[in-house]
Amino acid sequence: MSESPSERISAEVVVKVSRLARLDVTPDEVQRITTQMAGMLEHFADIDALDLSDVEPMTQPYPLSNVFREDVVVTGLDREEVLANAPAAEDGRFRVPPIVGLDG
Amino acid sequence: MTTHANIPTTAAAIADGVRSGALKAVDVLEAHLAQIAAREGEIHAFNLVTADEARAAAARVDADVAAGRDPGILAGVPIALKDNMCTRGIPTTCSSKILEGWRPPYDATVVQRLAAAGAVAIGKTNLDEFAMGSSTENSAFGVTFNPRDISRVSGGSSGGSAAAVAAGFSPISIGSDTGGSIRQPAALCGVVGVKPTYGTVSRYGLVAYASSLDQMGPFSTDVRDSALVLEAISGHDPMDSTSIPQAPLSLQHVLSQGVEGLRVGRITDMPSGADPDVTARLEAAFDALKAAGAKIVDVEMPSMKYALTAYYLIAPAEASSNLARYDGVRYGLRVNATDTNAMYSATRTAGFGEEVKRRIMLGTYALSAGYYDAYYGKALKVRRLISDDFARAYTKADVLLTPTSPIVAFPVGEKSDDPLAMYLCDIYTIPTNLAGHPAMSVPFGTGAHGLPVGVQILAPTLGEQVMFKVAASLERSMIAAGGAK
Repeated sequence: MSESPSERISAEVVVKVSRLARLDVTPDEVQRITTQMAGMLEHFADIDALDLSDVEPMTQPYPLSNVFREDVVVTGLDREEVLANAPAAEDGRFRVPPIVGLDG
Repeated sequence: MTTHANIPTTAAAIADGVRSGALKAVDVLEAHLAQIAAREGEIHAFNLVTADEARAAAARVDADVAAGRDPGILAGVPIALKDNMCTRGIPTTCSSKILEGWRPPYDATVVQRLAAAGAVAIGKTNLDEFAMGSSTENSAFGVTFNPRDISRVSGGSSGGSAAAVAAGFSPISIGSDTGGSIRQPAALCGVVGVKPTYGTVSRYGLVAYASSLDQMGPFSTDVRDSALVLEAISGHDPMDSTSIPQAPLSLQHVLSQGVEGLRVGRITDMPSGADPDVTARLEAAFDALKAAGAKIVDVEMPSMKYALTAYYLIAPAEASSNLARYDGVRYGLRVNATDTNAMYSATRTAGFGEEVKRRIMLGTYALSAGYYDAYYGKALKVRRLISDDFARAYTKADVLLTPTSPIVAFPVGEKSDDPLAMYLCDIYTIPTNLAGHPAMSVPFGTGAHGLPVGVQILAPTLGEQVMFKVAASLERSMIAAGGAK
């Protein structure tokens, strides 16, 4: 990673990332975000020179694994209370627009 | 800090009074609601004040006392909750348009435990949207101003909770701390703020920002009240798989124990950048602890300077995953469109604010194919280095002392256009979250413009007792010096 800030992230990559994140960005926003992210990535380049080949990644601060509970039936959330929060619900389920585009 | 005579200012004194029958919970509540009525207009600590629910809860506490039932260790104590904690049937917004109007179908474990201890929830406090920020300026519902100087920020992201305690709206509030979001606003508002060991306080019902870093904790006007609240809310919770299987913390009994012989570490290679008025107070804190019998020792943390980078890759990466759930399907905002994919994007674009979008984008980028190893993967390894630095430091020292914030409360608007300058506010608080250790900020006098300065005490995993001993000692030295505690 020895690229200069402008090479670190391009407008093209920002557009791709925005699609992955399900966010719509205007051309103006793409320019602003590209500049801001390039600045941040430039700051974050301080770790580039570190030799981390023998370092174990740390994903959690307190080591707990295989956390199980007893396999017993417990009361879940109230369905009506949950669906009362939904933007659209029908027949006890969440209602959404067509998943496949109408034209295809 | 409340203006009403006869009503004590601390939670411990209020609970004592209510439990003994000398005070009525309903009177305590009305005094605090009056204080809110007097100053909330200029401060905006709350997204919502739940006066009706609070009156009912206070009446139940009084009824318990009258009937001879134990009303709990926080009987009648008004308490403010950061608006990213689920409260059943009561709007929980995370200060985001995307959750406006959502009424959670359950209570967070912390909310349940506070209620069981007799505390009276009085409202939901403002925050930087989804807890992303250091000034509570990134809220969809407006800025929270600092009660000590209303032209300045309250800090963030738990700015509303810090301001609520500083303004006397409640003796206690609860915040969440992912990179300093309890400690930094506590420092800027001149109150105590604690981030406990990761896994000590259940995260069930805390709306997730960065799950491996998030932890909840109290704000209070003095050290004892934070100890009291942690005793009520800590301890294992089967609803949080990262909850440490252990009994609740026991802290109040250590407060009088003193610091004689304790080793207090000074980080010799700490990233510089704190203002001189802040470092002067840090030096005064070292002097006070030395005078109380502690030994000051030097420690090195060579990887601490990389903490900001590791944090601002890891936290946004986790956030980009956690915030994927806001898609307009199950709750909150929906912007209708012709198919689901278009609806997701339209909803998220309209519902999230600029800083949240920035962090989602940054995190998505750090996790995306081709960049994962260079950014997220590397950040996780740097996190290990920082954790190892702490482990070495704690062989030489029992606690470490740093500034909480490099600067005192800054004017509203000063940093809002420069995300990186805002991120630098967290340089002393972030390393703790990466390691998962406890840390707390204690008010220790004033700096520039007479504004509060906080000193941060850091301790190893589950080192809350030694941390509170040091905090109590610093508080005693401030009181002895004639300062307000």
